Amino acid sequence: MTFDGTPPANPAIDMTEEPECVAKYADGPVDPVVVVNDGMLANVFIRVTAGLPAGPYPIPSQPATIDQNGCLYTPRVLGVMVGQPFEITNSDPLLHNIKAVPSESRGFNISQPRAMTTTRTFKTPEVMVPLECNVHGWMNAYVGVTDHPYFATSAEDGSFAITGLPAGTYTIEAWHETLGKRMMEAEVVEGGTVSVTFVYGSTT
Amino acid sequence: MSRVVGWKEGTMETGLIALVMVLAIIPSFHLSAQDIERGKAVYEKWCTGCHGDTGAGDGDAAAYMLPRPRDFRRAVYQIRTTASGELPTDDDIRHVVDQGMPGTAMTGWKSRLTSGDRDAVIAYIKSFSRFFDGAPPQSVDFPSAPRISDDGIAEGARIYGELECFKCHGDRGRGDGTSAPTMSDDWDFPIRPTDLTRPWTFNGGAEVEDIYRAIRTGLDGTPMPSFSDVIDAEIITDEQLWRVAQYVHSLAPGRPRVREVIRAGRTARVPDDPTDSAWVEAEAFYVPLVGQIIVSPRWFTPAVDGIWVRALHDGERLALHIAWSDPSASPDPLWQEWIELLATTVTDADGALEPVQGPDRFTIQFPARLSDGMARPYFLGGDRRRPAYTWRWRSSPDQLEVGTSTGLGQFVAGAGAASDVAHQAVFADGQWQLQVTRTLIPRDTSAAPTFAEGVAIPIAFRAADGSSGETHVRGSVSAWYAIYLDAPISATVFVMPVVATLVTAGFGLLVVWRAQRREGTRRFLPEATCDIFSSSRCSDSWHAAAAKLAHRPATRMLVPLSSRSAAPRSPA
Repeated sequence: MTFDGTPPANPAIDMTEEPECVAKYADGPVDPVVVVNDGMLANVFIRVTAGLPAGPYPIPSQPATIDQNGCLYTPRVLGVMVGQPFEITNSDPLLHNIKAVPSESRGFNISQPRAMTTTRTFKTPEVMVPLECNVHGWMNAYVGVTDHPYFATSAEDGSFAITGLPAGTYTIEAWHETLGKRMMEAEVVEGGTVSVTFVYGSTT
Repeated sequence: MSRVVGWKEGTMETGLIALVMVLAIIPSFHLSAQDIERGKAVYEKWCTGCHGDTGAGDGDAAAYMLPRPRDFRRAVYQIRTTASGELPTDDDIRHVVDQGMPGTAMTGWKSRLTSGDRDAVIAYIKSFSRFFDGAPPQSVDFPSAPRISDDGIAEGARIYGELECFKCHGDRGRGDGTSAPTMSDDWDFPIRPTDLTRPWTFNGGAEVEDIYRAIRTGLDGTPMPSFSDVIDAEIITDEQLWRVAQYVHSLAPGRPRVREVIRAGRTARVPDDPTDSAWVEAEAFYVPLVGQIIVSPRWFTPAVDGIWVRALHDGERLALHIAWSDPSASPDPLWQEWIELLATTVTDADGALEPVQGPDRFTIQFPARLSDGMARPYFLGGDRRRPAYTWRWRSSPDQLEVGTSTGLGQFVAGAGAASDVAHQAVFADGQWQLQVTRTLIPRDTSAAPTFAEGVAIPIAFRAADGSSGETHVRGSVSAWYAIYLDAPISATVFVMPVVATLVTAGFGLLVVWRAQRREGTRRFLPEATCDIFSSSRCSDSWHAAAAKLAHRPATRMLVPLSSRSAAPRSPA
């Protein structure tokens, strides 16, 4: 996942109402909307959108997790399968509410007034389901809910890996919250590895 | 023991049994075409104006409302006995249809529509969303409430702090928490945290059970989350959540009763500032305010929809104390986001709302001439024929102008000496307290009205929230009320009843004395009575009584007077 050119500056967050969160940021809190390291773009959700054999696919019992730490979500972008446990943790010693606002399935809005963990599941595929905290209006995260396990999120170094795909030709879609979508075709051979590079940039 | 808290109209236990029976008999319940047709007819007659033909919450009136009418297509409902994110039960929807939603434009329909029509329209509303095609939702089991006690309310206040309810609702519950300026609902419309001191605006009702339910299951579509998981995680107990509900319930001053006359009690010396404890003792009068929708630009979503007025005078000066909830002392940079969202939401029928914050404003008006009897000036600031003597306060810079108004925004400063009128405004915990004091007799009696004791003086109010873009015109207004300054109690109040009693008694004695002196009057009354009603209808007992009375002193003869009408009805 590459980013050509100069990435847009991320906005600073006025977190003065939460000194415990501010203390976690040496240079002051910033909203990590576009995260680029050495030309590599993080927080892109990548999934296979066509070419897969018909499901259903086994649902992992291992939960997908999201943490609220320093009044921001970690990770900001993640994927979860329909029916897979989605574990929400509050590592801050203060109140957050976690509101999921899907349009294809039912959302939820739960309170976590201190360090605690809550588990929820999504019943319908939807890319992406926005998560928000209304106590801290700057907090946003995005969850890609899929009915198959072939998805990934680009890491801080822009890398991602979708493993276990059977041989075949696939359409792969990348999604970024402000930079939009990219599509690519990829042909996978039995036992092989295919490299796919999505290109985002200030000029594209 | 756990139980399900049902709606008051019918016990939930019965509802559940009925539901189970229906499910057992008809595994998949489908509405007949006839039901849908009936529901559609009711909906199109009564509901489309706000909720729109397709249930999208976009009827003709929707743009003038905040909060907006419900968009039924997403099946997101605030008032539910079901878990966060779940659909409401039919009883949940029925409760809102029947009772309406206080604090919104949604009225109750129980007295307007038949039970069958309401059932049909509920079925039709559900048909707007495919989410209702699945299994019917289940209510959450709510344990019983603990008894209300002072200790319990104190515990509730502690938990309110521990759960950080104040982050949105504020330390004193007035909806002025730090996150208040940034809030929007699921449709990206601006929304305020509920002001917990004004329970008559609680969307789901103001009983302890209503408050508990809102905290327990959340208000879906709004920022208010469910606290069920907090109980599951054993951070608090269910009883403690009930305590929070009881505490919130205790924040209310009681449902205000609107009275037309505001009484200014007489005191030795009026207070000097609005936080003086004397004001707590003074009687508070609630005055509702509505959006100004006559003069352009009209304003359909007023920020201040009610004020509390207290008044005291000491024979020399009249002091008014006005208190109203406002989450910000405007202008406030933290509220810029709010006004920007508001500007994109409210209707621009009379010109767009500029996302520029002004000061908060408050206006008090009286007739410029009190000699006009009860003919009051036009309520929106008067007119040329009957101007209004007006006090205009603004928060920034803190200033009170005295002048004469001939309409909204038509204000000329200088009705008498401005120094006649003193004011002090204090903002704290989401509330303005404004005191305005003036001498009863102005320095220049030809320029300003004199406030006399013992008469009703017309008075009216206007308010504006600068952070909501409100101004002198775009704001909220009251009707005319009256203020009555208690007059000192004169000695005649105590003397006159005694005099009246003595005069009456003396007159009575005179009549008796004259009657006794007259010859033959002893037999007058019984005979006359029997003559009137004819002797055949005079009972034996009546004749006997009359005969007896004839030989008694005249004073006793007065007794049958009161029996005159009863006598003929005795059996002949």
